[in-house]
Amino acid sequence: MKPVAFDYERPVTLADAASLLGQSSGFAKILAGGQSLGAMLNLRLAQPDLLVDITSIPELTAVTDAGNDLEIGACVTHADIEDGRVADHFGGLLRQVAGRIAYRPVRNRGTIGGSIAHADPAADWLSALALIDAKAVVWSRGGIRTIAVADLVVSSFTTVLQPDDLIQSVRVPKLSARARWGFYKFSQKAGEFAHAIGGVLSDPARGVFRAVIGAIETAPIVVADATSLFGGGFGSDLAERLDRTSVLQRLNAKNVTDEYIRSLACVALKRAAKQACAS
Amino acid sequence: MRRKEDDRFLHGRGQYIGDIRFPRMREVAFVRSPVAHARLTAVRIPDLLRSSIFTAQDLTNVLAIRAVSPLAGFQASEQPPLVIDKIRHVGELIAMCVADTRAEAEDIAAQVVVEYEELPAVVDMHKAQEPGSVLVHDTVKRNIYLEVGFDGAIEAVAKAAPVKVTRELRTARQVMSPIECRGFVAQWDTRLSQLILHGATQFPHVVRTGLAQVLQIPEIQIRVVSPDVGGGFGYKAILAGEEICLCWLAMRCGHPVRWLEDRREQLTANANCREHHYVISAYADEQGKLLAFDAKASVDSGAYSSYPFTSAIEPSQIAAILPGPYVIPVYRCKATAVVTNKCPQLPYRGVARPNVCYAMELMIDAIARQIGREPYEVRLANLVRPEQMPFDNVTDKHFDSGDYPEILRKTVDAIGVPAIRARQQRGESDGRLIGLGISIFSEQTAHGTTADGKRRALYEQVFARLTPDGRLEVRAGIQSIGQGLETTLAQIASQCLGIGPADIHIKLGDTEVSPYSSGAWGSRGIVWAGGATARACKELALRVAAIGAAMLQTDVKSVQVRDGSVFGPHGSVSLSDIARAFYLAPSDLPGDIDPHGLEVTGGYAPSRLTGVHTGSAHATVVAVDPETGGVEILDYVVVEDAGVLINPMIVDGQIHGGTAQGIGAALYEEMPFDTQGQPLASTLADYLLPGCPEVPNIRIFHMETPSPYTEFGQKGVGEGGAIGPGAAIANAVNDALHQLGVEICEIPITPRRILAALAKAQRGMARSVASP
Repeated sequence: MKPVAFDYERPVTLADAASLLGQSSGFAKILAGGQSLGAMLNLRLAQPDLLVDITSIPELTAVTDAGNDLEIGACVTHADIEDGRVADHFGGLLRQVAGRIAYRPVRNRGTIGGSIAHADPAADWLSALALIDAKAVVWSRGGIRTIAVADLVVSSFTTVLQPDDLIQSVRVPKLSARARWGFYKFSQKAGEFAHAIGGVLSDPARGVFRAVIGAIETAPIVVADATSLFGGGFGSDLAERLDRTSVLQRLNAKNVTDEYIRSLACVALKRAAKQACAS
Repeated sequence: MRRKEDDRFLHGRGQYIGDIRFPRMREVAFVRSPVAHARLTAVRIPDLLRSSIFTAQDLTNVLAIRAVSPLAGFQASEQPPLVIDKIRHVGELIAMCVADTRAEAEDIAAQVVVEYEELPAVVDMHKAQEPGSVLVHDTVKRNIYLEVGFDGAIEAVAKAAPVKVTRELRTARQVMSPIECRGFVAQWDTRLSQLILHGATQFPHVVRTGLAQVLQIPEIQIRVVSPDVGGGFGYKAILAGEEICLCWLAMRCGHPVRWLEDRREQLTANANCREHHYVISAYADEQGKLLAFDAKASVDSGAYSSYPFTSAIEPSQIAAILPGPYVIPVYRCKATAVVTNKCPQLPYRGVARPNVCYAMELMIDAIARQIGREPYEVRLANLVRPEQMPFDNVTDKHFDSGDYPEILRKTVDAIGVPAIRARQQRGESDGRLIGLGISIFSEQTAHGTTADGKRRALYEQVFARLTPDGRLEVRAGIQSIGQGLETTLAQIASQCLGIGPADIHIKLGDTEVSPYSSGAWGSRGIVWAGGATARACKELALRVAAIGAAMLQTDVKSVQVRDGSVFGPHGSVSLSDIARAFYLAPSDLPGDIDPHGLEVTGGYAPSRLTGVHTGSAHATVVAVDPETGGVEILDYVVVEDAGVLINPMIVDGQIHGGTAQGIGAALYEEMPFDTQGQPLASTLADYLLPGCPEVPNIRIFHMETPSPYTEFGQKGVGEGGAIGPGAAIANAVNDALHQLGVEICEIPITPRRILAALAKAQRGMARSVASP
């Protein structure tokens, strides 16, 4: 199939982008890489009047060191991160996640901001950035605000963003040298969307012990204090201590009833814990 | 020898339908049915768009597609190119929209309103056959196209048999997925009064014949040209509604029109295949030697019998080839082709052979497990032996040659059975379970009639001409769909005439310039077109020998044609000198030269038309993760005996590609439908195909047992790779899971199916512990 006719604009400033979005009375779509939107356009699942391509706005491809955080522009591609063009303050976590997203051609064009704005529950960044407690920096004409990635998504393909909101960057806290992490994704074949995602992060220097359960057909489950999942703090026997009942209860709370997803979620979390201990 | 066609393919100089542009060409998009079963009550068209939209009412003088099998009891369907009054599957064609671009044609299609009264959808092939089921076609009773079978006297043997194994087996509905979907450009040549259809097809001549029938115009007024084809696999061995509509439109509107199928149309509306169901009981002695085999099979053939192979092909294949390479004393089988509200099931690479191989080989492993023997030993106990060749089996299939026990022994050696069994004993540090699976099968290739018994083109013909500059032009009506015919036919011509392959040009795919051919299907190319090429070139060799002898002033009996020249007792003359003399300096030649000149149409059929049997075995080692249900293929071996190999590299390529498709069937590919008959996978994100990481290094070993019935002893090999993997991989997964009390009798074996089976087995165990 071919897309419906639409106008295409490629502004070079955020203000121009915002004004284009403002003029379009809600029938505009932001193009940040097009790896999901492209397919939706071709299937006519998205039928916008206007496509605002934001990849030429310099602020959106910038990477800025902000002390305790690294601020990664929304239009930085997965490949930029995978290849190390973005400084690694994350013990390799972001590089590993980026390098396992879909296929290389998707990683060449797909962007970190586009991915979380699209809010596919099975997408890698949504879970990974929620795990590391990154914040989305959201630009709108009213000003700039930040939203924790963990709070960004309401449900499948649905975020708290307003039509003229634009994710400008992702502010990712740097990990300390002794941080440990594990991130396990299960797919049936290479490049496929995840059937399950589990993530564990321990950064005692910053008082962080978090976990994430993703790819559950709705927003990921983010556990800000993972001691409840593991019956205690981080330790070498973490995987063995995973409290399956606690995982299943959290899935119940999200109405995840599919036994396949439920059992894979437990496995993914266990394997992430194992990886964190081994790192 | 390297493939001649690869120079253009690898440099991006191939030409596919999507590359073709004609002046004033317009694009077509179709309005398709959103529902599976309904009475069409109205197609509402905005007045302004009336001239751009065409429905069944416009297509006067176009007949419905009728693909009728001559087999007794066959009930045919009528498939109008555009729906007239009844919708029978999701995606069925309702209206044709034309515009300057495809996007605009889709815009127009979006404005067509289809009104209908929905009927209950017939989705399950078992419920479809029940009395009282809604009928898909009023004329097809009980929703059954055909029942065929063999009726061996099972009962007495069954009663006395010490071992009985019964299984219910399923293979999912799949979708054939060549990289290039279907596509056509139709135009009317006013000078020649001829319809010219450019289309990606495996058999241009058959398309021409079929079009002439439905369009009711003489064949001479139709030319079908197939440029390069980006994968066929059977999906381009059909004649369907889209190209018929397109031809009608071109004849009416006077400008070229093109339709390129997109992936969504291919997945949801067109390319279905392979959905089978079996209930089988095998009877054996304590050693696993088969005493009797009793099978009931059903095929979900979908809403229409497809042209030309019909919906009879799958059930008749099942009934005839289920016994495989085994000696089965008593055999009963009933195979049924069922009508449902899904798109028509089409003949995919292997056509029922992958399914019957899966069914038979799972039964063999089940018997082996029951009696506690190595599965390959049970196979060896039942395989037809070389001293029995030629062998007529229980369904009267004639095995021409081959050593099946040796194929199996080579396979067992190559995969290394003792080392795998030892590794299984040790266990894996990562908790995965290792499994070994083997399948062995016989592929009846290059048969002269279709599997339904209908004879098509008794002889294959190939035209060969020595050009005035001494080069060879070969024209064949068969089409290359990736199998390298431009190379292998050139090799054969070169061998017969001594002209170097670089000076031989193979021209394919155009009805206007080639002899009639039933095309590329059934692993027939190298046997039939190869044989015809040899016949034409050998006849040409006789003619150049006569001219050469005259030029050498010697007797024709004293000359030899080789290395591009005619050699006499004293000297030689090159074929280019002979050609130059014949065409440009005939005064140099005596007057009694053969008036047929230096061009020949050679006809060929193998000395038996029942096909030549290629034997093959596949073996694989898999690692199954019992926590995730993930399956990794660790090793893969294919042993293949395709007779004398014309080009071993091309044979290996065929096996690689086929095996990759078989891996898809085993582990990934499935088109699910909901209870309303809606197909649920509409993109390749939902319909999983194996990619490079999922296809292992395939270790291939060859045997070369010549066929006594073919020109060089060659046998067909195009489909074989796709036949073995489903069975081998399923057996391997079951071998791995056996210790957990799990056997999965359905492909694809997905992680979801593995985890569900493990959970069920666990619950069963928990129950049996709770209530001793």
